[in-house]
Amino acid sequence: MRRARVPAAIGILAALGLLLFLLPLAGLIVRAPWSQTLAELTDPTTTTALGLSIFCSLSATAIALVLGVPLAMILARTRGTLRNILRALTTLPMVLPPVVGGVALLLAFGRRGLVGSLLYQWSGIQIPFTTAAAVMAETFVAMPFLVIAVEAGLRSLDQRYEEAARSLGAGYWRVFTRVTLPLLRPAIFSGAVLCWARALGEFGATITFAGNFPGRTQTVPIAVYLALETKPEAAITLSLILLVVSIAILVGLRDRWLGV
Amino acid sequence: MTLEAAVRIKRDGFRLDVTLSAAAGETVAVLGPNGAGKTTLLRALAGLEDMEGHVTLDGELLEDTSRGLHVPAERRHAGLVFQDHVLFPHLSVLENVAFGLRARGKPHASATARKWLDEAGLGDRTEALPRALSGGQAQRVALVRALVTEPKLLLLDEPLSSLDVSIRAEVRRELTRQLASFNGVRLLVTHDPLEAMALADRLVVLEHGEVVQSGKPEEVTARPRSRFVADLAGVNLLRGHAHGDHVTVAGDEALAAAGAGEGDVFALIHPRAVALYRTRPDGTPRNVWHGHVDGVDAYGDRVRVRVVGPVPLVAEVTRAAVQELGLSAGTDVWMVVKATEVSAYPA
Repeated sequence: MRRARVPAAIGILAALGLLLFLLPLAGLIVRAPWSQTLAELTDPTTTTALGLSIFCSLSATAIALVLGVPLAMILARTRGTLRNILRALTTLPMVLPPVVGGVALLLAFGRRGLVGSLLYQWSGIQIPFTTAAAVMAETFVAMPFLVIAVEAGLRSLDQRYEEAARSLGAGYWRVFTRVTLPLLRPAIFSGAVLCWARALGEFGATITFAGNFPGRTQTVPIAVYLALETKPEAAITLSLILLVVSIAILVGLRDRWLGV
Repeated sequence: MTLEAAVRIKRDGFRLDVTLSAAAGETVAVLGPNGAGKTTLLRALAGLEDMEGHVTLDGELLEDTSRGLHVPAERRHAGLVFQDHVLFPHLSVLENVAFGLRARGKPHASATARKWLDEAGLGDRTEALPRALSGGQAQRVALVRALVTEPKLLLLDEPLSSLDVSIRAEVRRELTRQLASFNGVRLLVTHDPLEAMALADRLVVLEHGEVVQSGKPEEVTARPRSRFVADLAGVNLLRGHAHGDHVTVAGDEALAAAGAGEGDVFALIHPRAVALYRTRPDGTPRNVWHGHVDGVDAYGDRVRVRVVGPVPLVAEVTRAAVQELGLSAGTDVWMVVKATEVSAYPA
């Protein structure tokens, strides 16, 4: 195949766009204090933040799976105005500034919030500024990625597989666990990975709703931001870790699941 | 064991109103053009469509909308074989077949499934995934998957149409054998007359959502009651009003027919009985019309000539006749049909 020649202007603009991505990455790699990296990696602040980040992001992904798959099913298999509104609301966190999300979470689940005040009255439990709050903030921001992916998977799923299973005598739960879920696995997997990646990088909603308490709510992105003032080497090292994780996800997802 | 059903379904621009009964041991084929509502009918019987009416299988009421009764698909003992098989792509052939047994809580599901697959000549494909199967194999697996649960009703949607023409005959023989060994009610839908004739003991012809004719295949084709059946039997079918020895058909054209009787009738003319001439012929024939050739289709050494005129007809002539008369699209011709070659029967 002989393609049309690409005009120079397109090439120049594309190159500029590429530089915008690549230069910051280069900055991160060039300025990384490679000699201190190992020391930084074993620094308690780093390991604590990293451990917390992994715990919170995995918890958020697990919650998103349990709640998001049923939500996606409702959205994919119903019609009407109400559904359209629900769908828009579900995906709102994807476009909402995360800080606004954090404020909204405070107003709902804070000590004086809509639900939070009742919870505090009845049980004395406060959600904000706890690890649970960090998990909630991450779930709030990341779950839409999973819902969108699973909903798209459900829409492209031939419903006759489920009908065939029913005609063979399978009740709702057997159809769901033996047919629907296995056939949705690629969509659920890619949705979960995107959700996890988004949760891992979450900053705005988390710091607003959960604050910055080392060992409790200080995840890697928050640690990076704070370390920038006091210990830039640590910030760079932590950033590198997030970079490596992100690239690993992209490469891992690329061929198998995203069809890029 | 019998199936008795009255199925009415109304959806935007689509209407289905079918009453149908079938007994165990006979294969009933619902035959009709695409869009006639055949698949919808099967799905309704399987419990997968919203419908009005009632369905009774083996004395058990499965659906009665007047009483708000609906037995869900998973509790009807109806095995449904989809047109394109719909085998579970993530399960092996064995697990596909064992699925229904496990769902119904039958013991030794794997062993039973293996036995059935062995009997169907698929013993060496048990571990294969559906995508590795040929079309014929997938068809057989789909059938075994439905039969292994020992349903009371077997529903087949276009069982052969997704298959390559080269293997259809073989799969059809196999299907005939398997249908014969199943002693529940067998119902299949198809748009392919050949498939229906080969597999069915009784035909139900469906057009525009309604039954237009039913009976033994040879009865149906001998006395077509619709354009669709006439086309599949390869005959000319006209509808008109009979008075004594002639029939008035569309366009007020009178058609001489020996012993046509009285009232609304179908007039059937075999294409072989239509003679073609370039000039107006002399003699006794009573039915002579002038027209022009619309198209010429060759089937082996026979040629079917479609003629447009006061009465549109298809004539079947030899290749030699086509050359001799110089027939091609647009040619002026005279059509002649003897009154004794027109058979009229009540509509």
